[in-house]
Amino acid sequence: MDILVLQILNSLFYASVLFLLAAGLSLIFGVMGIINMAHGSLYALGAYVTAWVITFAATAVHPAVLFLLLPAGALVVTAAGVVIEPVLLRPLYKRPEEYQLLITFGLLLVLEDVMRFVWGGTPLSASPLMDALGIVHVGEFVYPTYNLLVIAIGVFAALGVWAFVYRTRFGVMLRATSQDRRMASALGMNVGRVYVQAFGLGCFMAGLGGAIVVPSQAAVLGMGVEVLVLAFVVVVIGGLGSLEGALVGALIVSFVRTGVIQFYEELELAVLYLIAAAVLLVRPTGLFGRPQ
Amino acid sequence: MSLLRTQKLVKHFGDTRAVDGVDLIVSQGEFLSLVGANGAGKTTLVNLISAYLQPDSGHIFFQDQDITFLPVADRIKAGIARSFQLVNLFDDLSAFDNVALAVFSREGKTRNLFTLAEKDDAVTQETLEVLREFGIEDKRETLAGGLAQGERKLLDVAVAHALRPKLLFLDEPTSGVSTRDKAQIMDTVSSVVRAGKITAVIIEHDMDVVFKYSDRIVVMQEGSILADGSPDEIRQNGEVAAMLLGAPTST
Amino acid sequence: MILGNNGQRRSIAWRWALAIPVVVVLLAVPAFAGAYWTQLLTYGLIFAVAALGFNLLLGYTGLLSFGHSAYLGVGAYSVAFMVRYWHVSSMELYILGGVAATAIVSALFGVVCVRYTRIFFAILTLALSQVLWTVAYKFFWITGGTDGLRVPYSDLSLLGGLIHFAGDDTYNKFIHSYYYYVLVIFCACVVLMWLIVHSPFGKTLQAIRDNETRARFLGVQILQYRWLAFLVSGIFTGLAGVLWVPLNGLTTPDILYWPQSGKIVFFTVLGGFRNFSGPIIGAVVYNFLEAWVVGFTQYWQFALGVILIVLVLFVPGGLVGTLLRVLTKTTTSMQTKPKALT
Ligand SMILES: Nc1ncnc2c1ncn2[C@@H]1O[C@H](COP(=O)(O)OP(=O)(O)OP(=O)(O)O)[C@@H](O)[C@H]1O
Ligand SMILES: [Mg+2]
Repeated sequence: MDILVLQILNSLFYASVLFLLAAGLSLIFGVMGIINMAHGSLYALGAYVTAWVITFAATAVHPAVLFLLLPAGALVVTAAGVVIEPVLLRPLYKRPEEYQLLITFGLLLVLEDVMRFVWGGTPLSASPLMDALGIVHVGEFVYPTYNLLVIAIGVFAALGVWAFVYRTRFGVMLRATSQDRRMASALGMNVGRVYVQAFGLGCFMAGLGGAIVVPSQAAVLGMGVEVLVLAFVVVVIGGLGSLEGALVGALIVSFVRTGVIQFYEELELAVLYLIAAAVLLVRPTGLFGRPQ
Repeated sequence: MSLLRTQKLVKHFGDTRAVDGVDLIVSQGEFLSLVGANGAGKTTLVNLISAYLQPDSGHIFFQDQDITFLPVADRIKAGIARSFQLVNLFDDLSAFDNVALAVFSREGKTRNLFTLAEKDDAVTQETLEVLREFGIEDKRETLAGGLAQGERKLLDVAVAHALRPKLLFLDEPTSGVSTRDKAQIMDTVSSVVRAGKITAVIIEHDMDVVFKYSDRIVVMQEGSILADGSPDEIRQNGEVAAMLLGAPTST
Repeated sequence: MILGNNGQRRSIAWRWALAIPVVVVLLAVPAFAGAYWTQLLTYGLIFAVAALGFNLLLGYTGLLSFGHSAYLGVGAYSVAFMVRYWHVSSMELYILGGVAATAIVSALFGVVCVRYTRIFFAILTLALSQVLWTVAYKFFWITGGTDGLRVPYSDLSLLGGLIHFAGDDTYNKFIHSYYYYVLVIFCACVVLMWLIVHSPFGKTLQAIRDNETRARFLGVQILQYRWLAFLVSGIFTGLAGVLWVPLNGLTTPDILYWPQSGKIVFFTVLGGFRNFSGPIIGAVVYNFLEAWVVGFTQYWQFALGVILIVLVLFVPGGLVGTLLRVLTKTTTSMQTKPKALT
């Protein structure tokens, strides 16, 4: 029984992070029609930056202040995104979409090596934050309190993104642009600005995902690439461009993953991919995707 | 004898009754014009007959065979071909290849992996013949994307024609070209069609063109057939005249 | 004789005029280059075969696969399994087995993937290739896991046992013979693919790429053609995997991992995917480029990433596409057909 609770918590923890990642990926695709292959690397960048800042500050400041530094990674990644969109992506909107995919692949290669250059091969963690919050007891087991915080952040992020997209003026512009770019610009919207903002927001979510995961799991080289493939599975299941889809997809992937690992660890990824393939066969646009 | 017959054909898009119970008869060998204001449902009707869209209800008979549920490829095999309102070509292939593809496809040769396309002399000859009929033979090496609008329109029809259909639908073959090109295109098209004894249905907004070339005219309005008759009958139909006067002459 | 083809005939003559010296140079390479360079070129030719297959999908059918590592891997692992479980040593049997295995896998994957286009196709191919990767990675008692499976050249025999490399100091002999072996297969693949893309089938693929709707209204059954293209593409790439593994000496799950697919995409773009010869040149150049960059920095991914970004932004036609454009600009009077697939 207690182990079940623990597994559920683990799944939710994982789902929170995956949701942030997949929702960002989906948002960028929905608005701009671009699949950002570097999304996982931006997530890793967020993790590294936060871990680095916290490790740096841990000796100097009070743990409570450390928590204020948690979003550092997210902010740095957002800043990167705001530069990347106009410099690298904007020249390509008129070209076939293969080129957009390729340039983000190039960015992935660059980012992976930049992280290797700056932080080297040793894992970097922000464990002081995890230690600061201690543990809770789940029956005979213990569970890090920090992970509960991550789940809370995930829930909060889901609500926040939903409110943002469906309840703000900016959200209206985002949705309008994603529906019909030409129409949006004909209505006098500054599509260029919407694009920067959407890309920045997507990057922020990726960076935040990395930042909140790193106190509990150390940042390592290749983490971005690994998670990217999972995020793809999430958006394929949920439907590219759909936030609801990202949420449901993240939950499905997390729970299935936890379940499969219990029984037959070797099949973890294979099962996930097969689910994705099965969903696509039954519903080509994913569970929540709209027809192309 | 009727070549094609539709029976209470219906297609709605939400509240738009694009095609609303149309009974159209096309007779063997005629040159039929389909006219009507923008949004009257002409293109949708052709889309239904050519299997671009599935009807909500109703039936389509071609040579007395029910083809309502036949897929595109089978309708083409049966002898129905079409062009598109917006030019629809293979832009990165030469004019020659655009037409040759239709010939290869008709002859069931598109599955040949290990023969050179250009070594097929029969297809080459026929392709050149078609290009010559449409007067674009000297553009054969030009990429379709690089042709002038009038030539693109002709090539579009030529590609459909190369399928050697019994029934050919042309959706506004002269839209977007100058008046001079218009006459040239229509002369070419009508001479090819008559020489090949093809039954043709053309959608056209320019009533001068319609009256000049058609054997019969069908007028559509809001998804239904408003009038149907010879050019003279249509010319004298007050209701049609009123409607057409109020309508824009081209899209 | 036939009116329409003077231009094409002339360009075919040109192509022979270009191809013969290239083949002569390729034949002579081991005579003046050392084992290192010969080996590098062998890798280049092998990946060129993979790229030929890949580009049938990207350049000619308009489908960007991000999962071609799957076929490289299936080819390579088929050989490794034949070595480990059946002690096969004949290269010809490797080729037969590897090609058969890739044909089966790509036929199956194709059924799923060709229903999608564009980004969806890319992601789906990626996902499926990663299924194979995890299988190779996790089922280590069969696949050797990250240690991989060895395919030592010393056990290899070419041409039905005529050439083998048992005994000491056979490495140079192996490199030398294997180079010619690969070269012959490479030339055969080039000719075969050239035939395919210039066949009615190849033209049909290009038509589908340019305008799916219109192709459908010529009576073409799109999915069947895409599937067949997928199958042929997978087989070529699988053959490359078969050829790769004795040269590499072992296969690990890395060959199935998606950066490997990225690499295939990379050199195809490097050479230019709107040209027949682009991917070939791209693959060969890439292998030298990679060896060179790896030689002076460990951050070779960074360098490659920057090159890719620069290519996409400023040289979208790739090396061959750009070269052709420059050439046709200077000889416009001779050429009438600057943009077509060559
Ligand atoms: N795919 C579609 N989805 C929704 N509505 C459609 C669709 N296709 C056509 N319509 C609507 O159906 C009606 C009939 O359109 P159709 O294109 O058949 O008209 P048309 O007679 O060809 O007009 P035009 O002369 O402008 O080409 C129009 O109101 C159009 O907006
Ligand atoms: Mg119309």
